[in-house]
Amino acid sequence: MDARKESDVTSTKGRTQVERTSDCELVISRTFDAPARIVYEAWTKPELFKRWWVPKSFGMELLSCEQDVRVGGTYRLVFRHGDSGSMAFHGKYLEVVPPSRLVWTNEESSDGSVTTLSLEEKGGKTLLVVHERYPSKQAFEASAGAADGMSESFGQLDELLVTLVPSRQ
Amino acid sequence: MVQYQHARFDTSFAALADVTRRGVLEQLWRADASITELAEKFHMTLTGMKKHVGVLEQAGLVVTRKVGRVRTCKLGLRRLEEEAAWIEKHRQLWAARFDELDKVVEELKRKEKVDGRKKRK
Repeated sequence: MDARKESDVTSTKGRTQVERTSDCELVISRTFDAPARIVYEAWTKPELFKRWWVPKSFGMELLSCEQDVRVGGTYRLVFRHGDSGSMAFHGKYLEVVPPSRLVWTNEESSDGSVTTLSLEEKGGKTLLVVHERYPSKQAFEASAGAADGMSESFGQLDELLVTLVPSRQ
Repeated sequence: MVQYQHARFDTSFAALADVTRRGVLEQLWRADASITELAEKFHMTLTGMKKHVGVLEQAGLVVTRKVGRVRTCKLGLRRLEEEAAWIEKHRQLWAARFDELDKVVEELKRKEKVDGRKKRK
């Protein structure tokens, strides 16, 4: 199923590519200059995952992160949302194959996506590919709409942080 | 130019004024479809559906492409532009995320070297 992307190992490090491959699927890829086991570790240890999943430039804060990385295990990410509220993302792991494959559900909405992470090592470098597969085109589009709204609120939060809490920088 | 845009606007409104044509747009929002499929879905003759699709096409809301004997319809350029913009936003999020991941990965690599253990390779 992933054959399509597997020829891309040669792509240069540092380039993140996003491609909509069908009505309900998005593929994100990037190469890292490290063995797969290290990328896998950074993805599956909460204390490490916390440091990169929410990019600093987005001004969001990850309040907590729990990952029980085994088949059937669950994860839960809680973000600060606006001044008072918080927002949780959660789901469970369907496949866990260290250090090359991780599949999990996104259950914050009833028709959320299933995400597949695959890590393919070649010559000490790792091609990371994330597949986000939605149950329908509508679900995909709805999520795209939500993401738009989210980046807007990220932007607003950014402005707030700059004016109100300069010490955070 | 202004005149042209006015004309374009009018065709868009005219195109959207019809309930079937709005239904067709909604349908294409879900998935591309052939004229035959659309005609069946809306219980209409092929000729009737061709007319509706023609109006939508003129307004730039739908584009069609003929492959063999099948004419496939999909949403027009405007939709595609929005989609491209959305994908670019998504790419920026992942790119920023992966740049941070890169830092963590580099740190782990250094640590592994210093520790000198796990010499599996």
